[in-house]
Amino acid sequence: MNKGLPKWADIILIPFLSLMLAFLVSGLVVMFIGKDPIEAVKVMVSGALGKYGIGYTLYYTTSFIFTGLSVAIAFHARMFNIGGEGQAGIGGVGVAAVLLSVAWPHWTIAIIAASLGAMAFGAAWAAIPAYLQAKRGSHIVITTIMFNWIGSALIVYLLVGPMQAPGMVPETLGFSAGSSIPTLHDIIPAFDKHAPANVSLFLALFAAFGVWVLIWKTRLGYEIRAFGHSEKAAIYAGIKPVKIIMVAMLVSGALAGMMAVNTVQGEAERLILDTVQGAGFVGIAVALMGRSHPVGVVLAAFLFGILYQGGGELSFAMGIPREMIVVIQALVIMFVGSLENMVRIPVERMFVRFNKGAA
Amino acid sequence: MDFDTILQLLDSAVRLSTPLLLACLAGLYSERSGIFDIGLEGKMLAGAFAAGAMSAYAGMPVAEGGLGMTWGMAWMGAAAAIAVSIVLALIHGFASITLRGNQLISGVAVNFFAAGSTVLIGQYWFHSGGQTPALSGNQRFEAITLPFAEALDSVPVLGPIYHDLISGHNILVYMAIGAVPLTWWLLFRTRFGLRLRAVGENPGAVDTAGISVVRQRYSAVLIAGLLCGLAGAYLSLGTSAAGFVKDMSAGKGFIALAALIFAKWQPKSALFACLLFGFLEAVGNRYQSIDLGAFVVPVQFMQALPYILTVVILAGFIGKAIPPAAGGEPYVKER
Repeated sequence: MNKGLPKWADIILIPFLSLMLAFLVSGLVVMFIGKDPIEAVKVMVSGALGKYGIGYTLYYTTSFIFTGLSVAIAFHARMFNIGGEGQAGIGGVGVAAVLLSVAWPHWTIAIIAASLGAMAFGAAWAAIPAYLQAKRGSHIVITTIMFNWIGSALIVYLLVGPMQAPGMVPETLGFSAGSSIPTLHDIIPAFDKHAPANVSLFLALFAAFGVWVLIWKTRLGYEIRAFGHSEKAAIYAGIKPVKIIMVAMLVSGALAGMMAVNTVQGEAERLILDTVQGAGFVGIAVALMGRSHPVGVVLAAFLFGILYQGGGELSFAMGIPREMIVVIQALVIMFVGSLENMVRIPVERMFVRFNKGAA
Repeated sequence: MDFDTILQLLDSAVRLSTPLLLACLAGLYSERSGIFDIGLEGKMLAGAFAAGAMSAYAGMPVAEGGLGMTWGMAWMGAAAAIAVSIVLALIHGFASITLRGNQLISGVAVNFFAAGSTVLIGQYWFHSGGQTPALSGNQRFEAITLPFAEALDSVPVLGPIYHDLISGHNILVYMAIGAVPLTWWLLFRTRFGLRLRAVGENPGAVDTAGISVVRQRYSAVLIAGLLCGLAGAYLSLGTSAAGFVKDMSAGKGFIALAALIFAKWQPKSALFACLLFGFLEAVGNRYQSIDLGAFVVPVQFMQALPYILTVVILAGFIGKAIPPAAGGEPYVKER
């Protein structure tokens, strides 16, 4: 596809122009409902980056880094894991199961155990669709969608049945005090006391680094990328598709599951209904915008963190419903993802003409 | 379980399967032509909102700024639903046919756009949390009593079946069921259908024969838009909801997608798959959990069963579901 297109245009210019188009249309939507888009941007930015808001923005960012990396690693193997929502939800069950089983003495041990639980459960929820794709050729998009719905039914069942705390509320018992992880306020007092951002942010950044190492610095990562570029060539080079599909999807599921450390252990401190709240789907937008590169994913996750926190401010300050974020998210996915060629083709033509002129 | 209970269950199964069937047939046209459509849910939701909003506006007295109509408001609503759903279908078509973008990503975007914009615009127009005003009378599609239903009710067994199960649904239910043989005829007995199936299996061959792949695929996507619009109109104008409620499609578009795979992209099987999934939902609504003596089946299992069955079918352990060969692949004309 790269017809004479310099690399910087491919990874910066085209996503940037697409993103601007998405924001432009979002602005038109804001105007359509009779509000001032410039004012809305001001409210969002100041609300998301202020002393109070930043702790929420980073909390959302943490979740989005995990789900974005999850989608990104599957993209590298040319698979579309749309099941982050279910995998993150089941990851929450893993966190709860681990943290409720023992009274953990210290949060450092608890967060390691909870992470292992989250990764194991998230990976397990991705394992069946991965196996069916690898061995039976069942389309992973459809099976992961189905597993999202099966997962949400399973969580409801667990929270009104086997895992429910005494009483009528669909939630588990609260986790013991030893498993409560420090918030950013505990580390840096400048953060607001009530903001939920916590140490799992550092886990997310570490995960991004780990994904970078895996994809670009290891043999396995090379095999994943080779498989993603051309299945036929990869097989010819002795790469086994079954292994690549399974590994990529298990890592993807584990990353999605890790989100639960942030939300279930870090914020709710017990398992409640609907802990994921669409973050699994935001991961799709984040991975697309970040070009499936860990650095891009972290930046895109922060942008979406701002959108999510700022979107909440919009409803307070301007009476624009929270659903505005969902519209922006849809437009970003549309313009950066499916309508990308609308920007790419003219940019490519421009560069071809420019190169001819220079020669 | 007595005869009346079974009849009631089947009756609500028919009602619950109607939107599934319309959306499932929509997916059938689209996917048979080689365009994956995971945006059925979004088109249905946007249609439901458009129908609810238009019908409310049409029935509102002129003094309050409405059209003050006294009949045909439901049809106005259905037309609006179809129009909005077709606009979304065209965006999907533009992304996947003209720009050769990723069809799955496009579908995801359509779903989110519908979920967000319906609440946003609904709140702006009606100021009640994204809900449209409650609809009544001709603003909704009301039940139709088929001829002789009352007279035959006293006939044993067959009378109640005719009176309770076959008669007494609204027009969209009958249209959905009628769409099944129509779809079969269109796909398997007309030139249009042959070409539509051919672009989904081998677009290169169709192109070689001098037929436009782009045009065939756009027409399939348009039909999908029309049917999803009707499915949406049914949700807000044909059910007891009587108006649009936020997120009212509640995953029905995905159950329809599941039914489509379950039915292996065949119209007649689609009818049975949708009736089965509708029946499961009816049972789930009626009984909180089912005591089978040895163990209790929780209601959540009933809710998850359509998805579980679809995964089993996809896994190919019970008759393999093979999708159209060119599904999901943009067609690039050779030069």
